[in-house]
This record gives sequence, C-alpha cells and structure tokens, in this order.
Amino acid sequence: MRRYLKPAVFLACLVPLGRLVWRGFHADLGANPIEAITHGTGDWTLTFLLITLAVTPLRKLTRQYWLINFRRMFGLFAFFYGTLHLMTYVWLDKFFDVHEMVHDIAKRRFITAGMTAFALTIPLALTSTKWSIRKLGGKRWQALHRLIYFSAAAGVIHYIWLVKADKRRPLEYGAVLAVLLLYRVAVWIGSRSKRVPGVAAPSTVGNKIVET
Amino acid sequence: MLIRKSEGIRSSEITPRSLYLSRRKFLAGLAAAGAAAATAGGVREIISPSATVHAGNKINGLQKSPFSTTETITPYKDVTHYNNYYEFGTEKTDPAEEAKNFRTRPWKVKIEGEVAKKQELDIDTILKMAPPEERIYRHRCVEGWSIVVPWVGFSLSELIKRVNPTSKAKFVEFTTDLDMNQMPGTRRPVLDWPYKEGLRMDEAMHPLTLLCFGMYGEDLPNQDGAPLRIVIPWKYGFKSAKAIVRIRFTEREPMNTWNVMAPNEYGFYANVNPNVDHPRWSQAKERRLGEFYKRPTLMFNGYDQVASLYSGMDLRKDF
Repeated sequence: MRRYLKPAVFLACLVPLGRLVWRGFHADLGANPIEAITHGTGDWTLTFLLITLAVTPLRKLTRQYWLINFRRMFGLFAFFYGTLHLMTYVWLDKFFDVHEMVHDIAKRRFITAGMTAFALTIPLALTSTKWSIRKLGGKRWQALHRLIYFSAAAGVIHYIWLVKADKRRPLEYGAVLAVLLLYRVAVWIGSRSKRVPGVAAPSTVGNKIVET
Repeated sequence: MLIRKSEGIRSSEITPRSLYLSRRKFLAGLAAAGAAAATAGGVREIISPSATVHAGNKINGLQKSPFSTTETITPYKDVTHYNNYYEFGTEKTDPAEEAKNFRTRPWKVKIEGEVAKKQELDIDTILKMAPPEERIYRHRCVEGWSIVVPWVGFSLSELIKRVNPTSKAKFVEFTTDLDMNQMPGTRRPVLDWPYKEGLRMDEAMHPLTLLCFGMYGEDLPNQDGAPLRIVIPWKYGFKSAKAIVRIRFTEREPMNTWNVMAPNEYGFYANVNPNVDHPRWSQAKERRLGEFYKRPTLMFNGYDQVASLYSGMDLRKDF
C-alpha cells in the first residue's frame, strides 16, 4: 500500500496544474485568463512552500517520521509552480522584453521581492539530490536549505506588496508562515538550553547559562 | 419579460414568480412615484415590493451616439463576471455572486450642496430627463486591463442643467450606496465606506461624461453598478462610481475614496496616461480582455477631445 503513496501524492501535487489547464481548454478561466493563471500559479507556489515547511513540525509532533520522504517532493513542486509563475510573467506578461523586466525588477518593489523569492529556490532545487547531500555534507546542506525560510518570507512580502487594498489573503499566508517559523525558533531555544546539563527548562529565563 | 440573448437563458435570469405576479403593483408604485415627484415639497415614501429591476429589461428608443467607438465590444459574459466592486467582495468574480439580490428599486438620488434647491430625485424621474443613447466606450482600469462596453445613458450635463448649481459649484461629488446588509464587502474596512468620487465641474459638464443606467441595450446588471452610475471614459475605471445615491456640488475639490486609501497611488484626476506610471506597475501597456498581446495605452484612453480641459496642468503632479 505504501508503495503507491508516493506516486499518488505526486499526482495529487499535479492536480492544481491540471485544473488550470482543464479550465484553460474549456474557456473557464474567466475574463482575464492570463491573470487567472498568474494568480493560480502564484498561490500554489506559496502553498507548496508552506506545505514543505510544515513537514518537519508535523512529523515531529505526530511522530510520523516517515513524512520526511515527501519533503523533497513538496519543495520541488514549490519550485515547479514558482517556475510556471515566473514563466507567466516573463512570457505572457512581458513577452520576453528583457529591458522592461529589468526595469520592473529595479523599480517595482513587489517584483524585486518575487524575484528574490524565486532566486532563493534555485540553489535549493539544484542541490535537492542525495548526491548533493553527500557532496556538501549534511551540516552544510542543511544550512543552505534554510534559505527556504527567506524564500517563503519574500514570497509573502511579494503578495502583500502587490494587492491594492485587501491584504487579507497575503496576511493569512503570512500568519501560517509565522507559525511554521515560530516552531523552528522554539526548537532552537529548546536545543540551546539542552547543551548545558543540569540547566532547567527554557522557562527559567532569568538564570545565567553557564558555558561548559 | 424574457431576455433575448443568443446564448440562451440562464435559470438565474428567470424573473422570480413573486416579482412577475407583483409587476402591476410595481408599475402602480412607479406611477405614484412619478406623481409624488411632480408635487412640490418632497417625495412620499413609496411602499413597493422589494423589486429588483432585472438586467434583461430592454431599453427602448436607443439612439446612436457619435461618441461611440467602432472597436470590438467585449462579450457580455466577461463584463458581468469580471468586476471591481469591493462592496460585494474583492475578488473579480464576487460581485456577480453577491450582488444577485441587490435591491435597485425604489431608488432615490439626493441632490445637495451648491444647488438652487436641495432635492431628492426618484431614479425614474432621472431616467426621463433625456432620450437614452448607446455609447460604446473604451473602459480602462488602473490595474492595466481594458474593455469596450456599449453603455446606455445620456450626458450627465442633462441632469446638472436641471438641478441649477449655483456659481459657487466648482466640483461635483458622487456617493455610492452603502448597505451593510446587502453589501458583504462593506463589513470590513477594506476601503473607507461609502465609496466617493468627484469631478471638476467642466469635466462633469463635458458631453462625454455619461450618466449611465444600462448596457448592451438593457438595464445595468447589479454587479456593473445598477441602477445608476457615471462613466468617464478618459479616466481610470475607479472614477466611474456605481450605484449612486447622492450628487453633491461643492466649492472645494472633494475627496475620492481611492485617493484616501493610497494618496501616492490614486489621484483625483486619474486621467489615463501612459507616461505616468502607478508606483507599483507601469501604465504604458494594457491588456484588452480577450486579446493575447498587450496593447499600448493611449493618452486620455484615446479621447483626445478632453485634452483642452488640462492645458497648462502638470499631469504628473495632478495624476
């Protein structure tokens, strides 16, 4: 049964794209199809980034440690939808006009943020293989892949900076991201106090931490 | 009254039975409204069934206008399902869903401010002020998309003439309806409700400025600003206020909602201008809905005849 889980989840991750394509062929993308594709791919990029970030807290809190096997797939799908989102901008919005795009990136903050978010995922996608983990070494690989925190944050900022008035959706993504990042902060604080044996739990903040 | 549309009739457009059966009462209410409006000293409150004048009511006696463009008209389906009408939600498809039951009768418009006589006009009085014209206008949103819509109405100047503004009237302010029960979007302060817009007096009196109550030969659908709106084709779409309940003549430049929301992004004049970018996106090009490639944006949305209104003005400053 477990054998089919990975391919099944893989197919599930393709469903958002499938829906967009289906709706495209059935003229069901509304009055402004290119805008619908841009927004759709953007939403799913952010969603997959958050799903990827949710794997570790989820597996630790529910003790379903095997979920780690899906983290890379979710991360790469975030990169996949991010690429589609970028392609929509480059092709359908700018028609490959490099001059206009450079101008946009420099002048329009939300595009700068979006490009930053995407650029940060490139090294992550390139080093997603087991070979890379071996070559870089676990510690260095893990440090590099912390870039996803910044990519997700840049993505949320990109969304906040592009809406005209209604900041509710981007702030909802921001709230989820904040919770997922807070988990890391909590773990980090917890691990720091564990370094010194005999020190009480992090709640006794007033105590001086003795370096050993 | 059945709607004659080539794509067939959606079940959502079938006149509800209760309205169909009460139409005679509705017409009687109209007649009473007309009679009451004719009497000096105010309009009597008309108790009529909460009647929504369904889009689909054909407007008779349409005259053609020399102001119409010959460009391809945007399909009705697109113009009625892609709307910025935040009172009904901030997604483009929200207004079509949420405005379905918006009541457009009875409807009164308050005329206030620098006028000879403050009054409250019933909409059906207003509709009779001049023969309805079909004006096929380009409509350009500040977001960078555009459509071509066959509006129905007559020049706003027809109404202005009849309400006798005083010499102190230099501007006109328009207020959109605000009803939290019918307008779910207004329960959040996404914008500073009620929606307000304004024009300089010469802009308001310009023949192009349209007092609009229909499109595609029929009454305005709710999501497009029923029952009464203005359309100023050489300005960004947010200037063309919908569901107007108040027209006030002022001495000083009135505030407009989007300018209050983001003063560095949305101005009072908001003339379509490819040379003045929005701070966050370029205005040099636009996507005409239905077209694949973007097209260059035209100064004043192609309505050069208004250029003389702004001679001597720095349109980068007065954006």
